[in-house]
Amino acid sequence: MGTQTLGDRPAAPVTPRPLSRKVTGADRVFVLGTRSVGASVLVITGGIGVFLALQAFPTIARYGPSFFTENQWQPDLGVVGISGVLLGTFTVALVAMTFAFPLALTTALFISEYAPGRIKAVLISMVDLMAAVPSIIYGLWGFFLMQPLASRLARWLHQYLGWLPFFHVDADPDAAQWDQTMYTASAFVAGLAVAMMVLPMASSVMREVFSQAPLGEREGALALGATRWGVIQSVVLPFGRGGIIGGTMLGLGRALGETIAVLLIISPAFDLKVRPLELGTNTVSALIAGRFGEASPGQLQALLTAGFVLFVITLVINTLAAVVVARSRSGAGTDL
Amino acid sequence: MTVPVSQSLAPQTWVLQPDDLPPAPGAGDRRRLHGVTAADLVVTVGSGVAALAVAWLLCYALLPWGTPLAFAVVSFVFYLVIVTVTTSAVSPGPAVADRVAAAVITGGAGLVALGLGSAVVFVFVRAWPALWHWNMYTQDMAGVGPRDALSSGGLLHAVVGTVIQVGIAVVVTVPLALGAAVYMTEVGGRFARVVRTVVEAMTALPSIVAGLFVYTTLLLALGMSKSGFAAAMALSVMMLPIIARAADVVLRVVPSGLREASLALGASRWRTVWHVVLPTARPGLATALILGVARGVGETSPVLLTSGASTFLVGTPFGQQMNSLPLFVFSTVRSGEPIFIQRGFAAAAVLLTLVLGLFALARYIARPRGNAKKNRKDRSRR
Repeated sequence: MGTQTLGDRPAAPVTPRPLSRKVTGADRVFVLGTRSVGASVLVITGGIGVFLALQAFPTIARYGPSFFTENQWQPDLGVVGISGVLLGTFTVALVAMTFAFPLALTTALFISEYAPGRIKAVLISMVDLMAAVPSIIYGLWGFFLMQPLASRLARWLHQYLGWLPFFHVDADPDAAQWDQTMYTASAFVAGLAVAMMVLPMASSVMREVFSQAPLGEREGALALGATRWGVIQSVVLPFGRGGIIGGTMLGLGRALGETIAVLLIISPAFDLKVRPLELGTNTVSALIAGRFGEASPGQLQALLTAGFVLFVITLVINTLAAVVVARSRSGAGTDL
Repeated sequence: MTVPVSQSLAPQTWVLQPDDLPPAPGAGDRRRLHGVTAADLVVTVGSGVAALAVAWLLCYALLPWGTPLAFAVVSFVFYLVIVTVTTSAVSPGPAVADRVAAAVITGGAGLVALGLGSAVVFVFVRAWPALWHWNMYTQDMAGVGPRDALSSGGLLHAVVGTVIQVGIAVVVTVPLALGAAVYMTEVGGRFARVVRTVVEAMTALPSIVAGLFVYTTLLLALGMSKSGFAAAMALSVMMLPIIARAADVVLRVVPSGLREASLALGASRWRTVWHVVLPTARPGLATALILGVARGVGETSPVLLTSGASTFLVGTPFGQQMNSLPLFVFSTVRSGEPIFIQRGFAAAAVLLTLVLGLFALARYIARPRGNAKKNRKDRSRR
């Protein structure tokens, strides 16, 4: 049996097999189908954004720049402005972040650095579970369980640190019968409930980044004699800075839009004040939930505009957070 | 015999053998590299006891701060101080910093655990008396007054309302979100990037604004009445970007080697997606969907604007007002009637059980299967 050499054959004309990149048959249906689904999702979600933006024009045209500077919401008198509620929104969110940031950071560090390997997975699911608990549950927790404790804490802060302007409350802290109602239904109590809501989100972003800290650098620090805290200080925290900032900002974005826990706890007030410990505050979302029912079409447009402003603020914060997380060192330049 | 020149010039390693080698450490007196020594234990426990004692003295005997919260905070602060002092007496500086940092970090994590635990336990404790009445699960609130005892009336209408509303929202959202995610990852192109950008942007939409949008368009502009369907639409608007984005993230981590192998074997793109990409991502997709649903079940604010609140069982999502669990909790708790508040807590407990169940289901589906041992090993190496 001999092998035939190519030379024995008549030379076949060398033409490349025709290859087409054109999609045919089922693929064509697939591409077109998914593209139309993608387009409809784009239309639905984008449509909402455009709709909200369009509502803003007549409102701004009617009320002018005073829409952003006025703090009263009295549509009957033609006085409508969101400075009061915006200030309240940020006060609640800042109180929430004051509690949530250190707790999220320590929780993330505990899970990624201190927890024994066996219970680590359980703790991670616990944090995820905390994110899945409905906000109304945290509202109940804040209103019924924390409010009595928090009002005492607020009075304590007022007693000892009342000379700081943001700890001032319009009541006498040393009175024999102290006026507990003045310390309830405040931005402080609402912020506590909101902190529970945003904490898991911030914490899981931070933990994710911490766990990506390069093993070689950790081992290097340990080999140089660093303690566990030394490793955290010199490797984990510098590496995870982007995650810390990004996670905090994502939490802030969520805190700004939170409605139901805040609505349950606060008593509405439109004053332009930064006294988180004192009775009464308001946020954009609580304003919408409280006023939508009795609103005329024009007022509804004003409410939608307030919602749109909140949406834009949240969007900007979320986008910045995503950029910060993406630009952190994670995964780049750490090959050993 | 002569040594070749090249070999004698080759670099050699000389090992100096000193005559007076110390005896090799025996197996018995190895240094312990981890574990807790008796000194550590004494310092930690002793500082804890001392801190509790000082805090008790300060809170309950000297100053009028006698609340559990104040006691906990004061004792933690004293623990930090005392542990710093005692550790610095026996250990150098870095060890002190390490001990204090460990105490702060563990304390913070413990506080968070306390917060979560207290929220869950509190709801169940307050709901406990009501949960034992069977009529809670079989009756609605039709004709039940605010002062009627817990043995009449129930949550059935709210449970049914939640199931119907979330069911419609899932039927609407899931195909759209999955299709959009498949389009973004598997088809791609410039238009897909536009879709992804807009979807990511819309996850920032506050839920109350989603509710207000549906209220303005469906209810006021199109003249629909407050109904379960409108509430389901509001939930869909809120859930669609969240689920689409989560599914997109899950599909993106499917290894592209699998796709390329399938395409190289001659499968079409459609078959690759259907037989390779989606089955690979199935646990992750299920988790994303279930967590999105859990978010939707608990969301109150879009429903608050769009569904109205009936007191009786409504079986149809169209034309009639409809109640749901979060809304029922919200309205009863605000009523101020003690028995109504208790009903609200019962509804909250049912809602929490529902969310916990969904969450456990998501974990069960996403559990590592088959090569579980290998996965665990990989994870621990990382």
